[in-house]
Amino acid sequence: MATLHFLANPARFRRFSQRVLPGLSAVTALALAAGLYLALVESPPDYQQGETVRIMFVHVPSAWLAMAGYGLLAALGASLLVWRHPLAALMARGTAPVGAVFAAVCLLTGSLWGRPMWGTYWVWDARLTSMLLLFFLYLGHIALSRAYDDPERGDRAAAILALVGAINLPVIKFSVDWWNTLHQPASVMKLGGPSIHPAILTPLMVMAAALLLLFVVLVLLRTETEIDRRRLEAAELAA
Amino acid sequence: MSHAPFIIGSYAVALLGFGGLLVASLLARRRVRRELGERGLERRR
Amino acid sequence: MTGFGALLARDLRLVWRRPGDMMVVLAFFVVATVLFPLGIGPETNLLARIAAGILWCAALFASLLSLDRLFAADYEDGALDLLLLAPWPLELAALAKCLAHWIVTGLPLAVLAPLMGVVFGLSGEGLGALCLTLLVGTPTLSLVGGLAAALTLGARRGGALLALLALPLCVPTLIFGAGAVEAVATGEGFVTHLAILAALALMALATLPWAIAAALRQAGE
Repeated sequence: MATLHFLANPARFRRFSQRVLPGLSAVTALALAAGLYLALVESPPDYQQGETVRIMFVHVPSAWLAMAGYGLLAALGASLLVWRHPLAALMARGTAPVGAVFAAVCLLTGSLWGRPMWGTYWVWDARLTSMLLLFFLYLGHIALSRAYDDPERGDRAAAILALVGAINLPVIKFSVDWWNTLHQPASVMKLGGPSIHPAILTPLMVMAAALLLLFVVLVLLRTETEIDRRRLEAAELAA
Repeated sequence: MSHAPFIIGSYAVALLGFGGLLVASLLARRRVRRELGERGLERRR
Repeated sequence: MTGFGALLARDLRLVWRRPGDMMVVLAFFVVATVLFPLGIGPETNLLARIAAGILWCAALFASLLSLDRLFAADYEDGALDLLLLAPWPLELAALAKCLAHWIVTGLPLAVLAPLMGVVFGLSGEGLGALCLTLLVGTPTLSLVGGLAAALTLGARRGGALLALLALPLCVPTLIFGAGAVEAVATGEGFVTHLAILAALALMALATLPWAIAAALRQAGE
């Protein structure tokens, strides 16, 4: 908690981020290289799905990170509204597009996975549909935070939205699951969930770790920019 | 149906998506820093 | 509590003086509903199957229409600032506005939709389910819409942004509302759906007035 309060000062965070980013980026690049090697070269084709299981190594971590990203937005929102941490608003602004891109990659790779598996580019599968709605929630957050001339007003509105959205997410997931089982055609279409055995687990976990590092790098990078941009705007107002 | 195009396509999507975001973020950072520099508001070390 | 009643009475009186505002929303509902058979084709079996979804979606869109004015009029003429200073809780004021919206929009839709349902060939039981689920489901729409309206007060392109914010949050209500009417068609009961709709409404009631009040406060700052 003390660390969080320490970092809540944007200027201090910025110095921290500048020190950390180069090393972190290098580690991320290595992790990605390792993950890609494992995913594309090392791991054997799944006996059920053949080579297309390799798509899962990108699709599943993207899903995890898209969801975690929204959780981060909600936590930052609470931090802004309750403790008025100035950094929280700026980090939320930086994070939302990252989460949205992860959600989009998840949707697109999910679509490309579905085509060879089940013949169609889009399956109204419960998980893909929930991810689509999460993507819309991200778009709403991005649009709302930038809809005001006064950026702080946008920050606070988006923070409320993030909190309400996060509470709603389990409800949305539950209702979409229900909807999906109701309308299940005779052939059960379940995207995802190949039986996870060790040969598949390792590349998946490495890719997940690598993409997590990439997520962090992107958030740090964008938050730095938001801090600078806010200073720029303040200077322009004062001029 | 060969699965290769879909696998390549997926990794291409990821590369374009994440790579594009990374490039855009770096460019934005550079742009804002340059503007701050022009105004003489160098960041405190 | 008198503050709640006064605010509610005032909003309802405003609509009473200008019933056109309410009529336009209902007219939109009718027109939007009629567009679907025109776009899809008059095949009765198909229409009866998709009626639930179409009617619920049209009700959802119609509900959204009047929302951007929910707080905007008060925001513009300063009445919102008075509300922020008033002795009674802002949460109650938010609830009063949402209730007024529901009385003027959700309630008439629950009555009007079954009439359109006849046009789609829904069974008697289906019409009943439609009416009941709209009655129980539209309060949630009014509350979610109220939040979206409060969040977008004074924003650029507020109307479209409002819809973008509200619609994903309305999805659970839509799923169970339309699902209930379909369940009737397949012979299962719709009591579960109705119960879930009620639970969603209660959840909204327990959380959203506070979120709306928070949004109104930061709009007034």
